[in-house]
Amino acid sequence: MSINKEGNSYTMIFAIIMVVIVGGLLAFISSTLKPIQMENVKNEKMQNILQAIGIEETANVTRDEAGAIFNDYITERIILDFDGNVKSNLSNEVAIKPASRKRTDETDAFNVDVRKYYNDLTGLMKKYPERGAEYEAGLKEEGITYPLFVCENEGKKFYITYFSGKGLWDDIWGYISLKEDGRTIVGSVFDHKGETPGLGSKITEVPFNEDFLGKVITTEEGVYRPIKVIKPGKERKEYEVQGLSGATFTAVGVDEMMERSFSVYNKYFKSLALNNFSTSDQQVETVVISDSFSQMTPDTNQVLANK
Amino acid sequence: MSEKKEPIFSKKNKKLISDPLNLNNPVTIQVLGICSALAVTVQMDNAIVMSVAVLFVLVMGNLIVSLMRNLIPTKIKIIVQLVIVAALVIIVDQVLKAYVYDVSKSLSVFVGLIITNCIIMGRLEAFALGNKPWASILDGVGNGLGYGMILVIVAFFKELFGSGGITIPGLGKLDLIPEFMYNIGYEDNGLMLLPPSSLILVAIYIWVQKSRTPSLIDENAN
Repeated sequence: MSINKEGNSYTMIFAIIMVVIVGGLLAFISSTLKPIQMENVKNEKMQNILQAIGIEETANVTRDEAGAIFNDYITERIILDFDGNVKSNLSNEVAIKPASRKRTDETDAFNVDVRKYYNDLTGLMKKYPERGAEYEAGLKEEGITYPLFVCENEGKKFYITYFSGKGLWDDIWGYISLKEDGRTIVGSVFDHKGETPGLGSKITEVPFNEDFLGKVITTEEGVYRPIKVIKPGKERKEYEVQGLSGATFTAVGVDEMMERSFSVYNKYFKSLALNNFSTSDQQVETVVISDSFSQMTPDTNQVLANK
Repeated sequence: MSEKKEPIFSKKNKKLISDPLNLNNPVTIQVLGICSALAVTVQMDNAIVMSVAVLFVLVMGNLIVSLMRNLIPTKIKIIVQLVIVAALVIIVDQVLKAYVYDVSKSLSVFVGLIITNCIIMGRLEAFALGNKPWASILDGVGNGLGYGMILVIVAFFKELFGSGGITIPGLGKLDLIPEFMYNIGYEDNGLMLLPPSSLILVAIYIWVQKSRTPSLIDENAN
């Protein structure tokens, strides 16, 4: 052939043709497979939520089944703002809609992408390490919200929370289900994007999750108390969970995301006045007051506590 | 292929498959692809799926580059190979995500990292650019298997001593260390799950391999 293969023009033409063909091929494959992939992701989320409830019926649901039975179990999909107020509440009669373009317009808790939110949160957390009012204003502006799913089964209510944070390498996230008292953990599902296989990746496995069962996120007085993941082998208190060897930073991430999210969820549970929260609210104040005035005489404490 | 003089599985072609399994193993002799042998060997199932994915990319990459070997301009041959490998890896990743979602999740970033696996670029450059398609396919199969073999062997020992059992795809974890061993004080060795133990295991493998095949020992080495 008379084509000069060493010439610049041949090289350029070859490169252009190659890029067009490869680019077109990849774009075609990506767009044909996208709906199937989206369906997988959606079904997996449903599966995780169902498995997290902590009831036998849905403990072993497969990904394909999850889509069909999701609405039978999850009766309400609630979005909470930072103050724990309900921003929107959809019942299971409303079908799950595609996500809204603008985050602040989102009304379906199922579409609240806590992993994406967390990435924006990190910016705010760095900017306001002390937190405070500006931080909260930032949260509102960004439209950071907190999804909550309510499951009703055989007359019992379950609240399923969903939150995200950072492990050692990449995102970690979890679903935790609370009993109708809004403080006892009855189920959990943790997942991760890229934790070390065999070490941090074990947060998805049964032994780690099992240890969360029965743990209580508030004290008897209704004061919020974060669950702590502690090093394995140590003696644990009722709100401490057995960690994983060789996965210290994954555990730190689990602590952080739970503490950050449950401080919001707890505001909501408090406002619901579940079980004895209506009375314990006052006790919370007395606890705080008597702490700060601990130097006072017992009499003054008594007076303040009785107020 | 039949019009060619040599039969499909001639002695030379058979050597293309058998050599990389031992005498010219990509990991232990050519020292390619060590990086992923360190990282993806904590669990057996990941190691197996990774091997299959690399095998596929290697065979397809070898085939495509071999078919195009007379068209590829020498000035940009590395770039062309890179584009082909990258495109194949993206296709593998997309297909896994759509049809075997669980597998794609357990491999996570490692699928994307196949691009950086030196075996693939190494074989494209060293073999496929200068050989006919069929020989290139065989070379891909051989090197893919040779790589997978090391991965599986390393993963076997790492998982066995690191977490007391082996995870087989589809079957879940099989506990191979019996319970009474734990009762009398045996403990899983956490170090086995970390990358350094892979280096030790690969080195032991090379030691065993070289002592069994004296022809591999470099006479000039001091």
